[in-house]
Amino acid sequence: MSTQDTPTKVISDYEATLAKADSTVANFDRDDKSFIHILRNFLRTYPTMIPALVLVISIAVFSIIAPRFFGMGALSTVLKQVTVTGFIALAQTLIILTAGIDLSVGAILVLSSLIMGNLAVMSGLPALLAVGIGVFFGALMGALNGLLVARIKLPPFIVTLGTLSIFSALTLWYSKSESIRNVDIEAKAPELLWFGQSANFGGASLSLGGLTLFILAAVLWYVLNHTAWGRHVHAIGDDPDAAMLSGIRVNSVLISVYAVAGLICGFAAWIAIGRVGSVSPIAFSTVNLASITAVVIGGTSLFGGRGSIIGSVLGAFIVGVFNTGLSLAGVDDYWQMFAAGTLVIIAVALDQWLRRASQ
Amino acid sequence: MSAVKPILQAKGLLKRYGTVVAMRGADFELYPGEILGVIGDNGAGKSTLIKALSGAVIPDHGTIELDGREVNFRGPEDARNLGIETVYQNLALSPALTIADNMFLGREWRKPGILGSVFRQMDRPRMEKFARDKLSELGLTTIQNIHQAVESLSGGQRQGVAVARAAAFGSKVVILDEPTAALGVKESRRVLELIRDVRNRGIPIILISHNMPHVFEVCDRVHIHRLGRRLCVIDPKEHSMSDAVAYMTGAKLPEGVTEAA
Repeated sequence: MSTQDTPTKVISDYEATLAKADSTVANFDRDDKSFIHILRNFLRTYPTMIPALVLVISIAVFSIIAPRFFGMGALSTVLKQVTVTGFIALAQTLIILTAGIDLSVGAILVLSSLIMGNLAVMSGLPALLAVGIGVFFGALMGALNGLLVARIKLPPFIVTLGTLSIFSALTLWYSKSESIRNVDIEAKAPELLWFGQSANFGGASLSLGGLTLFILAAVLWYVLNHTAWGRHVHAIGDDPDAAMLSGIRVNSVLISVYAVAGLICGFAAWIAIGRVGSVSPIAFSTVNLASITAVVIGGTSLFGGRGSIIGSVLGAFIVGVFNTGLSLAGVDDYWQMFAAGTLVIIAVALDQWLRRASQ
Repeated sequence: MSAVKPILQAKGLLKRYGTVVAMRGADFELYPGEILGVIGDNGAGKSTLIKALSGAVIPDHGTIELDGREVNFRGPEDARNLGIETVYQNLALSPALTIADNMFLGREWRKPGILGSVFRQMDRPRMEKFARDKLSELGLTTIQNIHQAVESLSGGQRQGVAVARAAAFGSKVVILDEPTAALGVKESRRVLELIRDVRNRGIPIILISHNMPHVFEVCDRVHIHRLGRRLCVIDPKEHSMSDAVAYMTGAKLPEGVTEAA
């Protein structure tokens, strides 16, 4: 059937010199020695350094403006304030890496915390079992988002805008619009408050929830950068068609991403109960947008495929530092919102500038 | 010829995109150990045929048989798992991922021992060495850094990465859709040599190309596609390039084919 190896036609003359072609790996002298070049190159190689630098500078600046700010006391307050936002930002990062967005993360958090509270306090289930059921429902709600996005091919913005309303409505129905009081939780299910405990280190107090945030961030960083699943998440956000043609089961990965995000939100519900001490159906109404703000400030691209978990944690901290710093400096609350808005715009502009420079 | 069974065979493939008919009863045969050229005018349905064979398009009607057994691909991963590797025209690479990550997308190697089995850690050093070796085999020595993201490569280098990926992993059939379109003289020559290398390893190749000299140089048989179906299969040693162009554009009908397409 097959013919011999010799070409059926003579190789053209112009190709004959190819035998003498250079076969070493190309190498060039570096000519980018100026400071700006080195800085830009450094930031391009380590994009997480941008939010890290912004965080360090903002802490330094606020310490000068409001001397009370400098010290472990204020910083540990910031950590406590951003713990829940940080968890939600981790979940949001996963979604945004796939070029999606999840507007229902806050609603999942609140509904999960109500399930935990109601089952443990009202129905008298063992607290840890109630927590497990709450986390499970969080994952279930995330998976529902994922199914609608992956199978029915609806835009994530629309899907989660819809489920935001649905989950919020279910929250009000399930809770009968009533909160669960701190005294009841303390009396009947103190385990729900675990993550509110903190350890003191000379002026600073590190809450268990804050510590868990760092652990979860480390785990997610590892999963995204060192496992196949993490690479697939990036590839899908980058170019879903290419990912599909490369043999990735795009739909199952997408559903798993939304489910994991829901799971994290469900877990964050436990953290949130510990942080606040009570369960309310109308709490955490701003966490959706706060999580997106943190992710964007952390340098994750809304167009998917590029970003970092560490950046999102830093982003949450930057917003926290600005809020605490401004309030310690005696500035009115609305300027905190103003600052957060400015930060988002600057972060995206910086990201674009770096990316243009890399073309 | 009759003793040899086709390794990959398609019968009566039909595919409609809305009201547009991309394939209307297309047949296809690929025999073991051969290089089959597929040529045809733009819009003749070559890409749809190839995508049906690689699992990226699910035909409305018709059957595909691999090694004599009927297969129903639900997606490219099914075809890939059976050893059919494809280089698509748009290359199907993820720009933000590194060269090695791209080559191993969907089939990552894991570290040995507990790191791999429990913690699912990828074996990056081994993957990167393999990727570097494959690129060097292809003569893509202008890629300086294997850790580079694919978006920082030139168009030709990207194509090289995609071709290296298919050549490295194809075990049954390798499909190349315009593999030399963006490549330089040296790299095109290497791709043609690589096509022969792969064939010499016993793996048949489907080569879709508009470059007639390349097709006539390496192919054992040439499948001419016209208006959504196979018009004829010719032997490049017995037909000239102008014959082939005449057939595929409808300027002339091949012998034995009566139906005007």
